[in-house]
Amino acid sequence: MEGEEDVAVRLEADILTARQTGKTLARSLGFSDADAVLIATAISEIARNMLEYGKGGTMRFRVLASPRKGLEINAEDRGPGIKDVELAMRDGYSSGGGLGLGLPGAKRLMDDFSISSVLGSGTTVVMRKWVP
Amino acid sequence: MSAPVIKLEQFLLAVLPQSLTDSGWRELRDRVLRQVGEHRARGVLVDVTEMDVLDSYATRLLDGLSRMLRLRGAQTVVVGMQPGVAFAMAQLGLKLPSSGTALDVDDGLSYLRRQLPRSANGR
Repeated sequence: MEGEEDVAVRLEADILTARQTGKTLARSLGFSDADAVLIATAISEIARNMLEYGKGGTMRFRVLASPRKGLEINAEDRGPGIKDVELAMRDGYSSGGGLGLGLPGAKRLMDDFSISSVLGSGTTVVMRKWVP
Repeated sequence: MSAPVIKLEQFLLAVLPQSLTDSGWRELRDRVLRQVGEHRARGVLVDVTEMDVLDSYATRLLDGLSRMLRLRGAQTVVVGMQPGVAFAMAQLGLKLPSSGTALDVDDGLSYLRRQLPRSANGR
């Protein structure tokens, strides 16, 4: 199975679209309901971050077929970037009014997680979950 | 995507849909805060059975509502959380410190009745 889908994250309602897309793809890949909820929750955290700090962006969903079956989510925003990525990945750290759980939380829910940020041009999060 | 709020004994029952937008949350919050006064409700059951995701943002709003309701003199109990949602919330370290929790509406009702002083229990 192969597939790719893009969701533009510009409005708050797009967060719901993004997590619904992720959930549907996860189910079609054979993830359990519980795993689909984990994936949808991680998507929700990252999409919210994109809106709150990154002025929105695009979430790209990719179905991975080999060497392992999985779902990849590539979230790219064109915000100001994160000055200290290590600090942003720390539990409880928040530059906004949130709980500071978005990035480290999403990492915990997924199998692979990487983040890169360039000051002045944006932040990209790539996360994957493998079908057990 | 609005949430019905129903009077149940001396309590209110708010049934949340699968997902709520930010404006949906605000609308629900205002309505519940108002109706607690109108019905002199001593407690509110928030039924999240249908909700498929409770992320850190929604958790903050939900627990914030419980804190506001407590200031209005009503206890809140969150009922019906699905196993997958509970699992994801625990993984994220999310808590609902100002809300009670119960398995379903029945248990939530028992919880609220226990919270009331005997004289106010009525039955």
